[in-house]
Amino acid sequence: MSGTASVKTFFLSRKDVVCILILAVVIMVVFPLAFDNFRLNLVGKYITYAFVAVGLVMCWGDAGILSLGQGIFFGIGGYAMAMFLKLEASSPENTKIQSTPGIPDFMDWNQLTALPWFWQPFHSFTFTVFAVVAVPALLALVIGLAMFKRRVGGTYFAIITQAFAAILTILIIGQQGYTGGVNGMTDLRTLMGWDIRTDHAKYVLYFISCLLLIGCVVFAYWVRASKLGRILVAMRDKEDRVRFSGYDVADFKVFVFCLAAAFAAIGGAMFTLQVGFMSPSFVGIIPSIEFVILCAVGGRTSVLGAVYGALLVNFAKTTLSESFPQLWLLGLGALFIAVVVLFPDGLAGLYRTWIDPRIDRLLGRAKPEITGSIPPAELTETTR
Amino acid sequence: MRRRLLMGMAALPAAALLPRAGFAADKPATAAVNTTGLAVTDDTVTVGILHSITGTMAISETGSVEAEKLAIEQINASGGVLGRQIKFIQEDGGSDWPTFAEKAKKLLVNDKVAAVMGCWTSASRKAVLPVFEQYNGMLYYPTFYEGLEQSKNVIYTGQEATQQIIAGLDWIVKEKGAKTFYLLGSDYIWPRTSNKIARKHIENHLTGTKVVGEEYFPLGSTQFNSVINKIKLTKPDVIYAIIVGGSNVAFYKQLKAAGIDLSKQNLMTISVTEDEIQGIGGENIANAYACMKYFQSLKNPNNEKFVAAFKKMWGEKSVIGDVTQAAYLGPWLWKLTVEKAGSFDVDKVAAASPDVEFKGAPEGYVRIHPNHHLWSKTRVGRARLDGQYDVVYETKDLMEPDPFPKGYQ
Repeated sequence: MSGTASVKTFFLSRKDVVCILILAVVIMVVFPLAFDNFRLNLVGKYITYAFVAVGLVMCWGDAGILSLGQGIFFGIGGYAMAMFLKLEASSPENTKIQSTPGIPDFMDWNQLTALPWFWQPFHSFTFTVFAVVAVPALLALVIGLAMFKRRVGGTYFAIITQAFAAILTILIIGQQGYTGGVNGMTDLRTLMGWDIRTDHAKYVLYFISCLLLIGCVVFAYWVRASKLGRILVAMRDKEDRVRFSGYDVADFKVFVFCLAAAFAAIGGAMFTLQVGFMSPSFVGIIPSIEFVILCAVGGRTSVLGAVYGALLVNFAKTTLSESFPQLWLLGLGALFIAVVVLFPDGLAGLYRTWIDPRIDRLLGRAKPEITGSIPPAELTETTR
Repeated sequence: MRRRLLMGMAALPAAALLPRAGFAADKPATAAVNTTGLAVTDDTVTVGILHSITGTMAISETGSVEAEKLAIEQINASGGVLGRQIKFIQEDGGSDWPTFAEKAKKLLVNDKVAAVMGCWTSASRKAVLPVFEQYNGMLYYPTFYEGLEQSKNVIYTGQEATQQIIAGLDWIVKEKGAKTFYLLGSDYIWPRTSNKIARKHIENHLTGTKVVGEEYFPLGSTQFNSVINKIKLTKPDVIYAIIVGGSNVAFYKQLKAAGIDLSKQNLMTISVTEDEIQGIGGENIANAYACMKYFQSLKNPNNEKFVAAFKKMWGEKSVIGDVTQAAYLGPWLWKLTVEKAGSFDVDKVAAASPDVEFKGAPEGYVRIHPNHHLWSKTRVGRARLDGQYDVVYETKDLMEPDPFPKGYQ
């Protein structure tokens, strides 16, 4: 088989296919067999964070745009879904003890007497699904155009995204009559009549999340293997050269930022469905930074690394906090420091240095097959 | 005389044997008291403790954890519940509402705890409520809160808003001749709902009184100068403050710095317990009135025993606020209810809850209302320089809990 030919005809190399299949087997066969329903639901929650991490690999690892505001998009996606579910849960029968039956309970507590106009479309599931992806992507488009067209980048961009995350949290908390405030939107019950709180529903939602995640991963591979993906990497490593070659750098940046936002939003919507509520604590600065940590632990240049990073960090978080309620934050902190100091390229870096060459040797290959995926950062450095 | 002595001697060994003998005989079979697979064995029963011990809420929730552990220890020392010693599993909510939901589910589904003592903020309670209702758990929730809620699966051991507010307003109007009120609060559901009830009471239920201002500040806000200026201009008879957490420190310091002397200007709060004063500093809040159901300085035998035991277990310097005391009620009320029901089953405990009374409550006496809130007295305390309150007023009767108050919504 000729390696180059396979790259041109199909964007996934044989090794990529194997790696993605392994991920699929791990999350869709091994986890469901190994865990009870409660643990599996927790994994389902971690999987939704993996969406954000995959987006960050595209945005930060590939294109070099560090966003400290992914919580914005995760949150908007989650809130859009929560609005639909909340409306369904607030039927006049369910809310007859309120002064105004038929509106969400928190609106009633805040003396609202009618459903605000921007809530109306969320009666429709089709609109909600559309809004889950479109609203965050649109917001990312606006932020991206405003920033990248003016050549705001690097640290400044990171700080501005963080500011947006803070602003959105303040907005949500401040407008509690419309958003549920600090409490968030709680007590979500059914999705078009289907009770999402049952174990069976959690099981189904888990698999839907897994499939969507695999879909996002494959899409990310496709983008990375395309010419577009190569321009992104070129931009990360030498932005001016790309600009002088006649490309409009800003457009590519806006595109990848919107893509990352859309991924995060899908994660947010699945999060709401599986956890059963949404709150501003998933929108602000802290979750946004946590998402970056997931990505860093997994390895910011590897899509699959980021997925494993998201799973591993959250596993650690849950187990540490269950076993050592007083000390778990210290343990988690130590884990991050260890990763950054010992393996700056994260899990994916470890894999590339230690495991991948051995597998190749085992399979009797001298060098890794030329693949469509992005070469590690060290390689690009030397080829400059 | 001799006969009595003899009888006494004879009674001694019998008395020594009695508890043990009674223990074995009274203890009902596990299968009979636990039909739903809870974590109950022949000798133990497991409950959960779910509070934040890390993050911003840790400071407030630590007292509740300590009180709950004290109550559990005391119950165990007195023979446990239905002859079973209480074991507890503690989980950390991490000041993060989704984590509360996750841990609540873990306690109910994995650990099968018979009851959970936990939560503090309304947000955490709202996050766990669907979990408790879905998996049929029992939550004992200690904080005074906004009301507008009632669940088969929750016993609210703190006061709901009308209990806390109305008696205090009546008192200050009668006692201080107050006519004008300035309402302040942190911007979330509890202060907003509470101020709504206060406003309705001031405007519709008292005569000749009015609200002259109402303002809210984001959680964690530390700038109060502009509202303090407005207060100076409007000169209300009463500043009614429901500011929570760290904001309190800034608010009371700035009040003092602006020259508002609380011995001349009435200020009433429903959010500052002895715990918060530790952060604010007694000198900054002295002479303010607080309206709640419990103060550490309360004089009654129950409370003296409770305070002594608490300090013995957690150190001389520890202070006990309203919520800490309410948290202490949780395990006791649960024990009494289980024994009344003769079963650990959640459905039976929930059904047996109404009219369970706890005569050993540090606040005096409490009884569970059919709406799962507590009948309790309301008291007004005046802050002292040393961070304690002098109780200046208490309602004659127990206040009825009314989580959905008519005429106040």
